[in-house]
Amino acid sequence: MSNVQTHHAEVHDHHGPEKGWRRWAFATNHKDIGTMYLLFSLLMFFVGGSMAMIVRAELFQPGLQLVDPQFFNAMTTMHALVMIFGAVMPAFVGLANWMLPLQVGAPDMALPRMNNLSFWILPFAFTLLLSTLFVPGGSAAGGWTMYPPLSLQTGAAFPMTIFAIHLMGASSIMGAINVIVTVMNMRAPGMSLLKMPMFAWGWLITAYLLIAVMPVLAGAVTMLLTDHFFGTTFFEAAGGGDPVMYQHIFWFFGHPEVYIMILPAFGVVSEIIPTFSRKPLFGYDSMVYAIASIAFLSFIVWAHHMFTVGMPLAGQLFFMLATMLISVPTGVKVFNWTATMFKGSISFEPPMLFAIAFLFLFTIGGFSGLMLAMVPADFQYHDSYFVVAHFHYVLVPGAVFGIMAAVYYWLPKWTGHMYNLKLATWHFWLSTIFVNVLFFPQHFLGLAGMPRRIPDYSTQFADWNMVSSIGAFGFGLSQLMFAYIVFSSIRGGTKASDKVWDSGTPQGLEWTLSSPPPYHSFEVAPEIK
Amino acid sequence: MLKIVKYAAAALAACLPLGQALAAWELNMPVGVTELSREIHSLHMLVLWVCVVIGVLVFGMIIYSVVKFRHSQGAVPASFDHSTKAEVIWTSIPVVILVALAIPAAATLVKIEDTRDSELSVKVTGYQWKWHYDYLGQDVNFFSTLARDSNEARQLNSGIHPDSVPNYLLDVDNPMVVPVGAKVRVLLTAADVIHAWWVPEFGMKKDAIPGFVNEIWFRADAIGIYRGQCAELCGRDHGFMPVVVDVRSQEDYESWLQAQRGDAQQAAQVIETAADTAANVE
Repeated sequence: MSNVQTHHAEVHDHHGPEKGWRRWAFATNHKDIGTMYLLFSLLMFFVGGSMAMIVRAELFQPGLQLVDPQFFNAMTTMHALVMIFGAVMPAFVGLANWMLPLQVGAPDMALPRMNNLSFWILPFAFTLLLSTLFVPGGSAAGGWTMYPPLSLQTGAAFPMTIFAIHLMGASSIMGAINVIVTVMNMRAPGMSLLKMPMFAWGWLITAYLLIAVMPVLAGAVTMLLTDHFFGTTFFEAAGGGDPVMYQHIFWFFGHPEVYIMILPAFGVVSEIIPTFSRKPLFGYDSMVYAIASIAFLSFIVWAHHMFTVGMPLAGQLFFMLATMLISVPTGVKVFNWTATMFKGSISFEPPMLFAIAFLFLFTIGGFSGLMLAMVPADFQYHDSYFVVAHFHYVLVPGAVFGIMAAVYYWLPKWTGHMYNLKLATWHFWLSTIFVNVLFFPQHFLGLAGMPRRIPDYSTQFADWNMVSSIGAFGFGLSQLMFAYIVFSSIRGGTKASDKVWDSGTPQGLEWTLSSPPPYHSFEVAPEIK
Repeated sequence: MLKIVKYAAAALAACLPLGQALAAWELNMPVGVTELSREIHSLHMLVLWVCVVIGVLVFGMIIYSVVKFRHSQGAVPASFDHSTKAEVIWTSIPVVILVALAIPAAATLVKIEDTRDSELSVKVTGYQWKWHYDYLGQDVNFFSTLARDSNEARQLNSGIHPDSVPNYLLDVDNPMVVPVGAKVRVLLTAADVIHAWWVPEFGMKKDAIPGFVNEIWFRADAIGIYRGQCAELCGRDHGFMPVVVDVRSQEDYESWLQAQRGDAQQAAQVIETAADTAANVE
């Protein structure tokens, strides 16, 4: 044993990071790759956010003032693709890269070279996707769901968009394989699955969802491609195909995708709330089972995205009941987080503030989700701004706040510097206030009858649209603070201790390492008792 | 006590004109003018109130914990980490609530799907970007497109303020006309891409899909003009193909129908004469 350790010490010097650009281009270290993922997703967050600003600026008042309707549709389409595949998903993969080896007591991810590939695909995929803004006919403008026959009317952007999606899918699948192999094989001795941190659990299940559904998306868009270029008629009624079949295939991917974007956030919140409540997570086992049941149910509810396509009565009833059922495990999670805070000793550091806002606002998104599950009422809500409000509540103060909570929680561990807590608290309050000014009025607009994806609207919708746009500009500007806080923490600041949150009770192996952690994280696997 | 109620009523009455002035700040779904729309509205209110009650309880509990158990106030944390009893309770109560919600929803859904015994069938076809209405067996059909004044005002930087256009973006040249109190069956299809036909006051929307025919029905109880829009992204001018339904008395509807047929016959005659002339010239 001692021999092995001496040997290790000898070679250690050769294993530092490479110098200059080679460190990043040939990166195999989980922390370097995690950093690149997170910075890339921050960049995409601002690219997708700028598109949302264009959308909200055009909708600031009735009448068309700024952009052509076709460009407006391109902006809504690209905003969604960039935010989903460029901002939220890579951010979670970045968090997984940074935190999973630290949390399970491993030296690195299991497959470091594939890790490099899965990251470096993304800049190419998004260069390709964003370059469609400059091709004849402009970007894809048929919505991120790309329903045929409309999506088949896309010009030169069509094959480029589809190839970009194939690349993103390949990247996600590789990321997911890496997570599964790491979590299943590289846990420290003694860490049984039910002793794993909740973030690792959230990601493990997410990774299985990714492997299950990304190929389905790839299949759906490939069929679009052959319909467009090779004369097949999968989705063309005139040739015996069925445009609705595309929607079934797409949402069989699309609904699990929704949970791919939220389950890791569940994991993050389950780490943060116990730390700052100074009390263990309530009902760990049922939290794990709840995530697993949500993941299972996510495969049998897809058609609730398409209640208006004209399904048989039995089909509508089945998908209504299955969808309503999801609120049971989701409710368990919300109740357990609340019970964790109950009789705790709570302090309000920035990660905890974001976690509490997540708890409130994600639940509001859950409520509107339950309302949308009621088929007859959905006939009114469907494709209205009510839906826009619903999914932005679960994605912005849900997934995005989850990511921000995670960054504020682990950033001092990554950089070794404590960030400006006061500024981060300001960032929290501005984000939380503006996100509600932005999205809450959209419920009213949808109920009053405003359809989604329209560049101009009747004057009765003017007032709430103006409020919503003001919220959007405020929310967008507040995010510049986030970038500033993150970059100034990378550059310097007060030294963070190993435990970072000495005042709280942070649990987990990551807090046993120095801040920042050594290059190879755990060179000797820790023992879990 | 009675006095308080009186004062409250007076205060409310004073607010009423204000409420009218703020009518544009609409908050809720319209109750609508059909049996189905009213049922849908009450389902919506039911599930909304269920959510409000659960929300008050859960959010109340979170706020209580955040206020009561603050570290800065010297709260000492407990150490419990589970309670099977509590978890069984908050797993089973939601199941009961869901069943209670699903039953009325299913009942309404069955009614919505029952398109039998209609008195009038209209085939509605979506085009990029207009609607076509075909009164089956009545010899009446026409296109319905965005009204001209809306269309001028909605051009990029038109200089026309939308407020100066009545029913901006919600007006058409030829509305669909139906008799009041009749069960109207709408057969939906599309000629190019997927559209969706939506009139909020009827509580209903459904996709119009090329190659397929979908059915919905409504029975409007009140005479009036009801406005809606295409609800499925259908390309550049998706926001500019409104749905307008003019519900008239049976007599007014009949005379409208006659006039339409007259127009159609006239048009047919014009075409015939033109064809004859063309033949003669040859």
